[in-house]
Amino acid sequence: MSILEVHDAHKSFGTTPALRGLSFDLRAGEMLALLGPNGAGKTTLIRALAGRVRLDRGRITLEGQTLEPGAMRSQLGVVPQELAVYPLLTARENLELFGRLNGLTGRHLADRVAYALEWTGLADRRREPTKGFSGGMKRRLNIACGILHEPKVVLLDEPTVGVDPQSRERIYDMLAGLKAQGTALLITTHYLEEAEARCERIVVMDHGVSIAVGTLPELVAHAKLSGRRVRLVLEHVAPLAPAGFALEEDGTALTARIHDVAGELPELLMRVRGAGLHVRDVDVRTASLQTVFLTLTGKELRE
Amino acid sequence: MILTLIRSSWTHLGRDRVAQVMAFVLPIVFFSIFALIFGGRDTGSSFVRVPVALVDESHTNRSRALVRALEADSGLRVSTGWGAKGAAKNAPAVPITRARAEELVREGDFAVALVLPAGIDTSLSRFDGKGVKVAVLHDPSDPVASKMAAGLLQRAGLQALREESNEFRGEAAPGQRSVSLDDMMPVRSEEVAVLGKKKGNGMVAFYAAGIAVMFLMFSASAGGGVLLDEAESGTLERVLSTRLGMTQLLAAKWLYLTSRGVLQIVVMFIWAMLVFHLDLVSHLSGFVVMTAATAACTAAFGLVLATAARTREQLQGMANLVVLSLSAIGGSMFPRFLMSETLQKLSLVGFNAWALDGYLKVFWRESSLGGLLPQVGALAGFTVLFLLLARRFARRWEVA
Repeated sequence: MSILEVHDAHKSFGTTPALRGLSFDLRAGEMLALLGPNGAGKTTLIRALAGRVRLDRGRITLEGQTLEPGAMRSQLGVVPQELAVYPLLTARENLELFGRLNGLTGRHLADRVAYALEWTGLADRRREPTKGFSGGMKRRLNIACGILHEPKVVLLDEPTVGVDPQSRERIYDMLAGLKAQGTALLITTHYLEEAEARCERIVVMDHGVSIAVGTLPELVAHAKLSGRRVRLVLEHVAPLAPAGFALEEDGTALTARIHDVAGELPELLMRVRGAGLHVRDVDVRTASLQTVFLTLTGKELRE
Repeated sequence: MILTLIRSSWTHLGRDRVAQVMAFVLPIVFFSIFALIFGGRDTGSSFVRVPVALVDESHTNRSRALVRALEADSGLRVSTGWGAKGAAKNAPAVPITRARAEELVREGDFAVALVLPAGIDTSLSRFDGKGVKVAVLHDPSDPVASKMAAGLLQRAGLQALREESNEFRGEAAPGQRSVSLDDMMPVRSEEVAVLGKKKGNGMVAFYAAGIAVMFLMFSASAGGGVLLDEAESGTLERVLSTRLGMTQLLAAKWLYLTSRGVLQIVVMFIWAMLVFHLDLVSHLSGFVVMTAATAACTAAFGLVLATAARTREQLQGMANLVVLSLSAIGGSMFPRFLMSETLQKLSLVGFNAWALDGYLKVFWRESSLGGLLPQVGALAGFTVLFLLLARRFARRWEVA
């Protein structure tokens, strides 16, 4: 069941279009990755969802209610990409501040702050100004400030950028905890392996529109990358590719796509041997999200 | 190698507008302000004309001749009539009495009042150090005006005598050799301070206020600049994504900066009281009113600068230029009452001039709370204007 829906979102800044008819939905308790090259419109979308950008056309609904720009979004938590915490305040003071600004008071606020300090692993450092925190600690606190008021939907813009693998693990453990409580999470990231491993569904957007939405297998199918990619590394440079193969530029490897490894791979190897080529190594793999992403969005630099 | 670094430094300067303003524009602005204050373009006009209230208690031909000579003097701007106390501004002028002259000097309408007492006609031209004296009622905070008026009084005395007798050549008076140079003056005079007799060093209050207001402007603009830091760090975006709106955010910033400003001024005046013996306690009510109005206005001013600037660097450049200029014109560096009339009027476009006038009224002119109404009203008006401007400028951070 969809909790957040974006319908035909359009937004231009001057003559530059940022969103050009984007549509997708986020389901309750789901972790959805929003991927796209730089300039694809991800940040504009997040800002529109947070009520900070007014759409030129289209609408956003949360639990079926249309969200107007600037209107209160008590069921929405926003975690910006920037480390938006006050460096001279302690972890606890930051949490209390953003808790109050989100309408929490009294015992409820104190309980939520205590929970957030435990959740982020910062309970022992709660009295220290955050300026002395490591990048990972600040990232965790940054996330906690956005979820104190127990929103049903949390928007996370690059929540793991610039932190070490241990901190990333911790952050995704935290997010998994939220998800287990029924919170829907929309995450933008450039770490495709994270999106692949952690998110149920993925939205790939480019030039302000959604170009593919679904699970990884669905995206693979959408990109016409179904099956397995076989790569045969040759002993010597081949002048020509045998039928059914593509020859890599330097002539040292052949590639082909198969659906039945046990049935089709022996026949492929026979065909190569028949062409007088000797295989040194065989690599068989399904299409990764990286491959799907580059297939869908191209390899040209965007900035 | 060195040449490369020099070239790179010049390239940086060429692309850094703030550095250019600080290096070239700010010094020129300051030079121009001080050139205006200390003479230059105003020489020969209002700068050297001392406003004088003139009281003729003698009503004789000689005293009238002296009045005429004083009125004709290019160094003085003489008024013999003024509106009665409490009368509307456009009320007809009535002759100034000695008591009214004292009030007018005390209230700052005139730098000096000259009282020609009965008997001045016979005292004029005695040249023996005897006879009645012209009272030079003055505000000691303006040491130049009384000396200048006293000097010009002698010139007017000579002029009056010349008018009376074309043959006057300043012939020696009996006993001339036994009298001092002062006694040889045609008009005897004595300086009478109408202010500053009992209240310690009131000018300390003026400078305490002057410096406090200047630094308050700097600290308010820097404090307001936190908005720019928050915008850059993403904190502003996050804060505005909560239940807080921009108007509430600005109100919170303004109230914080106001309370901080009050504290800064209080600390400054307590220091002045402890170290320079400023009589703060007996002027407490006026001090409280002026401090609240000044801090509120300065806080709003800081928000205007912060919301108008795009970056911290821009804010710093703007603050240096605007604050130092306002401080120079508004009297933080040089008392306004010593400036030309033109510049005194011009300086009222800055809120700080009103603030300093208010403090001067409280500590020096012993003004009542009602007397502070023009200053408090002006500061309140500036505050509203600044807040509206800041709110308008802050729209860029709202929903895009």
